[in-house]
Formats: sequence, C-alpha cells, structure tokens
Amino acid sequence: MSHPLRGSTAIVGASTAGLGACPGHTEMDIIVTAAHQALADAGLKITDVDGLFSCSTVYSLATLSIGEYLGIKPKFSDSNQIGGSSFVGHMLTAAMAIQNGLCETALIVYGSNQRSAAGKLVGLPEPDFYEAPYEPKQPPSSYAMVAARHMHEFGTTREQLAQVAVDARQWARMNPEAFMRDELSIEDVLNARMVSDPLTVRDCCLVTDGGGAIVMVSADRAKDFPHKPAYVLGVGMAHWHRNISAMPDYTVSAASESGPRAFDMAGLTPSDVDVLELYDAFTINTIMFLEDLGFCKKGEGGPFVADGHIGPGGSTPVNTNGGGLSCCHPGMYGMFTIVEAVRQLRGQCAERQIEGAEIALSHGNGGRFSSQVTALLGSEATL
Amino acid sequence: MPKDAQAMLADPGPDQVYREALNAGTFQIQQCTACSKHIFYPRLVCPHCGSNEIAWASPSGQGTVYSTTVVRRKPERGGDINVAMVELDEGVRMMSRVEGLPPAEVTIGLRVTARLVEQGENKQVIFEPAGGAQ
Repeated sequence: MSHPLRGSTAIVGASTAGLGACPGHTEMDIIVTAAHQALADAGLKITDVDGLFSCSTVYSLATLSIGEYLGIKPKFSDSNQIGGSSFVGHMLTAAMAIQNGLCETALIVYGSNQRSAAGKLVGLPEPDFYEAPYEPKQPPSSYAMVAARHMHEFGTTREQLAQVAVDARQWARMNPEAFMRDELSIEDVLNARMVSDPLTVRDCCLVTDGGGAIVMVSADRAKDFPHKPAYVLGVGMAHWHRNISAMPDYTVSAASESGPRAFDMAGLTPSDVDVLELYDAFTINTIMFLEDLGFCKKGEGGPFVADGHIGPGGSTPVNTNGGGLSCCHPGMYGMFTIVEAVRQLRGQCAERQIEGAEIALSHGNGGRFSSQVTALLGSEATL
Repeated sequence: MPKDAQAMLADPGPDQVYREALNAGTFQIQQCTACSKHIFYPRLVCPHCGSNEIAWASPSGQGTVYSTTVVRRKPERGGDINVAMVELDEGVRMMSRVEGLPPAEVTIGLRVTARLVEQGENKQVIFEPAGGAQ
C-alpha cells in the first residue's frame, strides 16, 4: 500500500523574484514579491492563503513578519529553520497539514537581499566556543574539510570538483535568470582565488539576492489551476549534527537517509528520476549527494561527474537552472531547487528543458552538510 | 544513579568547568560513566547513550589529523592559517590548528600532540606534529 502522503498534495504555483542583484530593497520586499508572483502564477490571491511557511536569517519570527505584512491570518504556520533545506522540509509539513485538513492553500516563501545588504554569507549570531577560536572561514572551511577527506579516501580530484562548477555554468548559460553566464573552464575554476583549500571561489556558491515561493494545495483541487500540477510524491528528512566538528563521517551525509525515506514514500528508485536539483553550496555537495542519494556508488561521485553525466546532454541532468554555483544563492538555496523542479515538470524551461521530464528530485542541504531533505515531485502520469 | 535536574544544573556548568580548567593549564574531555565512551565538546547528557552520568577525563593529548584546510587570508588580515579536525586517540574529534609546519603541509593522517597556547584572554588547545616541530 502506498504512503498516505504520496501524491496527496501538489504544487500549483511557483515563482522566483529579484534573482541576482536587487539593490535598494529590503529582504521583505523580495519575500513578498516572490509570494505575490507565486500566487499569481496559480491564479490565486494573498487572501486565499491559510497556511504559511517560511524561515529567515533576518526575521527570527519569519511567518509572523510575513503574515503581518501581507495581511495573512493563517490557520497553520511554520517557521522551522534547519538552514537552507528548510523550504524542502516545509513541503513535508505542508503536505501533512493539508492532508489532515488543517489548511487548504499553503504558501512556502523565502527571500534575501544578502548580496546588496552584506555582500557576504551571513553568519548566525550564536555562541560557538569550540570552533570560532580557530578562525575557520564559515561555511567554506567546513565544506573544504569534507572535500579534503573525500579526496583522501576516494582519490576524488580538484578537477572532478571543478567539473561540477563547469557543468552548472553550462546549464546557467541556458537560463536567462542565472546570475553568472560567462564561459567557465576547469582551468578557470582551478586557477581562481583559493578560499579554503581545496575550494576556490568558483567551487563556492554565489552570494546573490533573490527569493522564491511555491503554493501547495490538495491533489483533489490541483487540476483547477492554470498550470500542470507538480505532485509531491515523497519527502524525507534527516540530520545528524550542527557543526562540522560533529559530522560523524566526512564521506557520508544524512542525505543517505533522507533520500531513501523520500524514495520509499514515493515508491520510486533513483533510476526513475528524470532531473535532479541538488543544493550545491559547494562543488563537493553535488558529488556527495549523487552518491548518498544512490545515483552512483559511494566514492565514485568524482569519476561519475568527470564522465559527463550531469551537464547538458548527460544521463543524469543536475541543476538545470545553474544551481547555487551559477544561478543564485541568496543565503539559503533550498527553495530554488523546488521552483526549478516544478518548471521542468511543467515543461517551461525552453532551451534547458529535459524532454519528457516526469519525475524531478529536489534536495536541500542546511548548515554544514547538516540537515538534508529530499523531495520527489512528479507529473500527473506518475500518480 | 542518574542525576536529578538540580544536580544536572548545579554550578558550574560543563562549558565553564572546561574553560576554567583550560585557562588553569589543564585540557580535559569527558567520559560517559554508563557507556564508557569519550565526549567532546563538554555536555550534560551523553550523545552516545543518553546517560547524564558523565565524568571528566584527562586525554593523552595524542591524536591524528582527520581533515585539514588552509584558510586563505590577506597578510593584513593575519595571513594564511591552518584549520584542522583532529581525532584524539580517545575517539573524539575537535576543531583546532596544527602549528610547527606551514599550513599547507598539514596532511590527513599526521600524528599530532596537543599543546595549550594563550589566545587573547584565554588558553586554547592547538596541536603540533608528534615528536616536535618538523
């Protein structure tokens, strides 16, 4: 018997807003623009929303601030903050709330003016007695040490890491919304400014502005909207640590649990997936998640990428919008994996469209390889 | 006997005990009385088994570099520094740095020994290659 949440809800509205540089605007300007546009995409109004989901590194009571601004008085509200994967996780909570009749129209929204406001990744103001005294550059140094260990154990090379950035750029060049669309070669990545060895600035995600939002409703209503629904077939969550000092094994992330949980709920396997949108905060993320989610064997992510599987024309297209590496990374990127997955399932991606995409995987990462949330979305044919 | 709430929250807490001992020249970690596993950073509850019966322990000070990076900084911002994840022989891992050789020459698998250094108003644990600087 299939899981009761499988296909019980669908995404009927999706939008980005202010991707790239959005100077002169507050974080809230970007959030509410994304929200308004996603609702317009669904043919809905702000007043239709009765379930509100968000989180922010600026607004500690995110859904209260957003609800107040937009005049939303939700029946169900969730500001769960587990880092950049939060919004993929919100889909699971929203599906549960809708399935149980706690709300009917769920808005999940995120936005940040990080590039214009700070120009660097925003740190979280929390006490850190056991790492901060050693002055790591966070988050890059945490991911750098994971990359170094992966290279040590499996022979993964800097060139293989660079291939991830090059493939992301190849996709970005086909996406008018992407922030960086210049040509990029493996040599460019290797010779770029070193941030925290072995990661250069081109192994690291962008720092941009931008927002995104989706609208979810029950599957019973999903066909009443302007666009083809993207059904939520499965979502799985996992986290094992917060800080990198406590990551149990630097060669395996909790995606090795979130992935199977999502696939179990959806009744699918990795070979069923047509397109992957993975949270690529750093080039090592893509390699780790391809392994942990079952698209190649553990330790073989580097050669898998080097063999040309994930770029345009490859067997396993990854980050068709250009990813956090080349499209956008406004502080937390998880929302953008969902929006691109929805657009692929709708067939809206023009030059970068994966022909016949019926099942898309959206994977969020948060913290320091900490929280992992995997979602499988599908067209009507997959129900 | 598991501790009650009053005993768990008796002064001083584990972070304060750790830092006061460190500043007095002693590097301590913890060991769970119930499951015998070592614990770092200091806690009130064992992350291995959930027990709240935890004792302080003296580490050997010997460890192995589990991973390492060079944080690249401009000279005016202090220049390049090493940041390393060191696995103590007791099985716990901690962030630190390895001194005594250039930051980029710290390698995974290097055997290292702990040393306390003054850093601002506090002492911190750093490591150097076992057998002294190379």
